Amino acid sequence: MNHFPQAWGRPRDDVYGAYNHSYLQMTGPKQHTQSPIVTGTSVLAIKFKDGVVIAADNLASYGSLARFTDVKRLRTFNDTTVVGFGGDVSDMQYLDRLLNSLDIEENYYPEGHRLNAQNLHTYLTKVMYKRRSDFNPLWNAILVAGLDGEEKPFLAYVDLLGTRYSSPSLATGFGAHLAQPVLREYVPDEKAAENLTQETAVEAIKKCMKVLFYRDARSLDKYSIAVITKEGVDLKEDEKLENQSWAFADRIRGYGAQVV
Amino acid sequence: MMDHPATGMLGADGIHVDMNHLKKGEVNLGTSIMAINFKDGVILGADSRTTTGAYIANRVTDKLTQVHDTIWCCRSGSAADTQAVADIVHYYLQMYDITNNEPPTTQTAASLFQDLCYENKDMLSAGIIIAGYDKRHGGQVYSIPLGGSLHKQSYAIGGSGSTYIYGYCDANWREGMNEEEGINFVKGALQEAIKWDGSSGGVIRLAVLTAKGAVRHLYLPDNGYTAPGPY
Amino acid sequence: MTSIGTGYDLSNSVFSPDGRNFQVEYAVKAVENGGTAVGIRCKDGVVLAIEKIITSKLLKVGANKRISTVDRHVGVVSSGLVPDGRHFVARARDEASSWRKFYKAPISTAMLSNRLGAYVQAYTLYSSVRPFGVTSIIGGWDSEADIPVDGQVGNGPQVGAGGKVTDVKKGGPALYMIEPSGQYWGYYGAATGKGRQAAKAELEKLDLSPTGISLEEGVKEAARIIYVAHEDSKDKEFELEMTWISSLDGPTKGRHQEVPKELREEAERLAKKSLEGDDDDEEEEKTGEEKMEE
Repeated sequence: MNHFPQAWGRPRDDVYGAYNHSYLQMTGPKQHTQSPIVTGTSVLAIKFKDGVVIAADNLASYGSLARFTDVKRLRTFNDTTVVGFGGDVSDMQYLDRLLNSLDIEENYYPEGHRLNAQNLHTYLTKVMYKRRSDFNPLWNAILVAGLDGEEKPFLAYVDLLGTRYSSPSLATGFGAHLAQPVLREYVPDEKAAENLTQETAVEAIKKCMKVLFYRDARSLDKYSIAVITKEGVDLKEDEKLENQSWAFADRIRGYGAQVV
Repeated sequence: MMDHPATGMLGADGIHVDMNHLKKGEVNLGTSIMAINFKDGVILGADSRTTTGAYIANRVTDKLTQVHDTIWCCRSGSAADTQAVADIVHYYLQMYDITNNEPPTTQTAASLFQDLCYENKDMLSAGIIIAGYDKRHGGQVYSIPLGGSLHKQSYAIGGSGSTYIYGYCDANWREGMNEEEGINFVKGALQEAIKWDGSSGGVIRLAVLTAKGAVRHLYLPDNGYTAPGPY
Repeated sequence: MTSIGTGYDLSNSVFSPDGRNFQVEYAVKAVENGGTAVGIRCKDGVVLAIEKIITSKLLKVGANKRISTVDRHVGVVSSGLVPDGRHFVARARDEASSWRKFYKAPISTAMLSNRLGAYVQAYTLYSSVRPFGVTSIIGGWDSEADIPVDGQVGNGPQVGAGGKVTDVKKGGPALYMIEPSGQYWGYYGAATGKGRQAAKAELEKLDLSPTGISLEEGVKEAARIIYVAHEDSKDKEFELEMTWISSLDGPTKGRHQEVPKELREEAERLAKKSLEGDDDDEEEEKTGEEKMEE
C-alpha cells in the first residue's frame, strides 16, 4: 500500500505499462464495438415462380474455431417471411427479438394487416441505417425472403451500413463471390425467376451450398433451408450436404518427385 | 503527473487483479471451465489456477459461482467484470424469488446474464457458462461467449484451456449419462485441459445440481484426481 | 348513498370516518352500468366474452373491439368506462413487453395480474387522480411447454433435459379479475358489468374444475351466458364479442385470438335457441293462464 489511492488495485505501471485511459474517458466521442465475435457466414436465396428459396448453414464461428454447430440462422416471422442472418450472432438475436416484439405489437390489432416481407425489409433497413448512423452498427448482412404486398415473390438484402438492394438471386458474405455467379446462371433477370420451378430453385441453392462448403473455410455441411410460398413457410433446419465430390483426390499427386 | 507505484491486488476470489480493462501486454486470464447435462441434472467443473502473467497468483481458486440455489455459473475473462455481472444477476434472482414467490428458472438467469453481457459488450471481457436445475425444466446449460450471444447447449466448455479439449469432449460426449459417468467426463476433460494449458491447473472443483440440491466435489492432483470427492 | 354531501366522497385520498373510500365505490357504480363481460377458465383454455351494447346505428358492426390482446398469450376484457379500459390495456401491454425485454420470455398471467392490480390500486391513493372506472378480466394461457429464451439459438441435448420432475405444475389456463379498488382474485369463472348477477348464477352451474368443461363448450357457454345476462336489458341491441386462448395443441396454439366467425355464430345460434326454449315455456304457461282466465 502507498500514498496514491488512485493507483490502488490497479496493475503496476512499471510492470504492465501505463494505463490505457481511453476506456475510462468520459468526454470525447463514445466508442462502440467495432468488430463481430461469434459469427455466421453466408446466406443464399433465389426467387422462383411461386416464391423464394433461402438457405444458410448452422455454424457460428469464433474466429477460425467452429464453436457452435447448431445455430439456426433462418428466422421465421408471422409464418410468412424468413429472415436469413449472416455476421454477428448476438446482433442476430437482438434483431430476432426486435422483430418478435414488432410481431406482438402487430397482433394488438386483430383486423390490422400483417407485415409482409417487403414491410419487414423496409423496417430492418431503417433499423440498420439508424444504428450505423449512431456509429454503433448491428454487424449483420441480412436477406429477407417472402412475398410482397401483391403476393409476388420478394427477396432483398440489407447490411450493417443500411445498404439495401434487391435481385432475383442474392447472397451475403463469401456467397456473394462464390454462389451469386452460379445463381445468376439460373435467374439472370426477373423474367427468368418467373419461369423457374421450385425444384430447380432448391437444386440451385443446394448446389451453391456445396460450392460454399468446398471453398468457405468458415462453413459447415449442416444447414437450414426454407421455401416460402403463398402456402406458407417450409423450413428444414437439420439438412446435411449430399453428393459431395472428393474422390478425384485419388488422381492428385503433390509437389515433388513422387512416383507412386 | 506523479508516478504512482502500485501493487497488483487480487480480487476477493483471487482470480484476477482489479482493472477496468486488460492492459496492453498483459496476459489474459487463463482458465478451464465447463458444464454438462446429465440424466439427473447438470454438472459444472473448473480448474483452480489464477495467473498474473506466468505467476500463479492463486493455486486453489474457486471459479464456480452460485447465483441462486441451483443456478450456478462458471466465469472466464476478466474476474472483475464477471464478478460484477454475477453479483448483479445474483441480486436480480434474489429479488425475483421474493417478489414472485417462486424460484427463478435457468432461462431467467441466462437471459439476465445475456442482457448484461450484450448491452455492455464494449466494456466487458466476459465469457460465462450458466448451468442450473429446476424441477420443471430439469438441468440446462447455456453459454454466453464474448459478444453476448446466448447458446443453449448439451454441454459447454470455455476459457483458454477449452481449446485443447474440443476433440476430447466431442469424442467422449454421450447424452443421458448417469452421475458417475458425467463426473468422469468432466474430470477427464479438465485433466486434459490442465495437462495442456499452462494457464490452467491445480485442483478440479465440481458442482452437481439435481433435484436434491447442490453438491460440491473436490479432486486433487496428489492422487491423480481420484479424491476426496463430494462434500 | 348517505355519504353524499358529507364531503368524504370528494377526494380519493380522504377516508370517510367509517373507513370507506367513496371514490372507489363510485367507480364500481360506473362498472355496474357497463356491458356484461365474462371469462371462463376451461380445462384446455380460456374464453373471454362481452356484451357490446350498440349505442348508435351509425357505428360499424364489429368495429371498436372491446377485448384486447396484451401479449401473444394474454387477453383483457373490461367492463365500465371504455377509455379507462383502453388505458388499462395500454399499461398491461407495457408491463408485458418490459417483462419480455428483461426476462426474454412471456410474462405469466399471474404476474401480469399482480402488477396490474398494484397499478390500479395506486389510483385509489392520490387526490390528483380518480380510480379506474373498469373491472377487468384477464385471461391467459401460460405455456405448458418448456419456454425457450426469446432469440435463443441451440437446442441442448436431443434426449431432453435431465432430471425433470413430472408432477410439477406446468403452465395452463389462468383467469383473473381486477376491480377498481385494485383488489384481484384468480377465478374459475368471472363476470362483471350490468348482468353480472345473472352471469355469475349461470357460471356457478358449470363444471369449471381442472377436469371440467372443454374450451369449445366454454365458448358456447360464454355466448349463452351473455345472452342470458342481456335478458334484463332486452330493449337495447348488442353485439357479442368473444376471444379465446387454447393450449398449445388446441385451436389457437396458446395464442389469444378472436373466436372464428363460424364458431361464434354457431354459439350465438345455440344461445338464442336456449333462450327461445325458455320463452316457449313461458308462453305455454301464459297461454295456460289465459285459458284458465277464459
